Amino acid sequence: MGRERLERYSLIGPENQAAVTAGLAGGDWFRSAVPRKRMKELMRRSDYPAIRDTAIWIGLILGFAGLGSALWLVWHSWWAVPFLLAYGILYGSTSDSRWHESGHGTAFKTRWIDESLYQLASFMIMRDPTTWRWSHTRHHTDTLVVGRDPEIAVMRPARLARLLANLIGLVDVPVAFGLMFRHAGGRLTAEEADYVPVSQRRKVYRTARVHLAVYTLTIAAAIGFRTWLPVVLIGGPRLYGACLFYVYGFTQHAGLGENVLDHRLNTRTVKMCFVNRFLYWNMNYHVEHHMFPMVPYYRLPELHEEIKHDCAPPYPSLWAAYAEIIPAIVRQLKDQEYYVRRELLPGAAPFNEPAPINDGRALPLATATAA
Amino acid sequence: MAQWIAACAADDIDPEDVIPFTRGGQDYAIYRSPDDLYYATDGHCTHEKTLLCDGLVMDGVIECPKHNGRFDYTSGKALGAPVLTDIGTYPVKVTDGTVYIDVEG
Repeated sequence: MGRERLERYSLIGPENQAAVTAGLAGGDWFRSAVPRKRMKELMRRSDYPAIRDTAIWIGLILGFAGLGSALWLVWHSWWAVPFLLAYGILYGSTSDSRWHESGHGTAFKTRWIDESLYQLASFMIMRDPTTWRWSHTRHHTDTLVVGRDPEIAVMRPARLARLLANLIGLVDVPVAFGLMFRHAGGRLTAEEADYVPVSQRRKVYRTARVHLAVYTLTIAAAIGFRTWLPVVLIGGPRLYGACLFYVYGFTQHAGLGENVLDHRLNTRTVKMCFVNRFLYWNMNYHVEHHMFPMVPYYRLPELHEEIKHDCAPPYPSLWAAYAEIIPAIVRQLKDQEYYVRRELLPGAAPFNEPAPINDGRALPLATATAA
Repeated sequence: MAQWIAACAADDIDPEDVIPFTRGGQDYAIYRSPDDLYYATDGHCTHEKTLLCDGLVMDGVIECPKHNGRFDYTSGKALGAPVLTDIGTYPVKVTDGTVYIDVEG
């Protein structure tokens, strides 16, 4: 089952070409009607909200790191642990949403600030900024299209052991280092070669060498000063601080329809409290983000109000989302055609399902084609 | 040889905005800058053929609504990933309140 599943989701497997042949790749996705004048208001960029939020974010990171380090080094106190844990979660989890927003180029009006945050957050979350930019571009073109989307986090059936181990980065971090070494040696994986243009690859190799140099210096400092603290501060948070990254991230698409052409069938919007929305930079408004990726994170609540009549009701909390996600994942272990199908509000535009293959079950296309 | 085609009235476009124009099956995007200069480009992004007329116009740049690919709409220059190929531009003139584009330009 494992090999069969991986082959199905592989970008270099038969489902990729089958999805292209079936018209799923680069498909015509549903978008709610929003007047151009209003959409222009929502798309408008400003530096202020993201500079304010980034200053608070970096301030908290430096503050927790400073306090934790001082408590450990000066007073040798275990009170350092909660401070370093808070630091680690900010570093290893919330860098994902900063990576995401700055990757879209929507967070800041000033490009160099946006790009600087993108490079920093990419390092923190252990992603190559170039390959992941292209990976995420494909994710937006072919969201949850099997064989096309490189960012399907929860397959059918789910790789449960991998998902659980990743709550402390035990799979993603070794994979990230493997890729760093591969890239530093001037090579991409076959899957990466499917979506990274040749002209962009030199940047990948250069960045990997820089990242590896930083980690080498970190380890050298840990050995030289005979303390784990450098590793706890750099790189380590991607392990011990990663849990919130996955807790937030699985809400986006897990258990929903595949091979659809309507983000209301494969994406969740989850209501969250102020603290979670700050940590996640409003990525919880994920249907809105996928439908209109031009809208910056700080305008997504307004966009939600604009199109909510056209969508299924948002999930009222993280708990509510997981009350659906966990049983769905468990059921998909045995029934890979099962997915959670939301009910639209009365008066909403009907789901965009131009062909039977777009109904969300994601029946294997390559097998059907061969048959 | 120039082939000037009437595309729209000058007032059809808000300052710092874009509208679509189609002729003979070919899509164009027509822009009005904040200082009331007019420009025209191909209608689709060079990355994945998304219509640019739904995108954001800001500071001389059109940003594609699908993947945020950015072009300088005055020169057609692609400004970075995910757009790597420049977009075609066309000469524009405004006469008696009508915007004309040279589709052979």
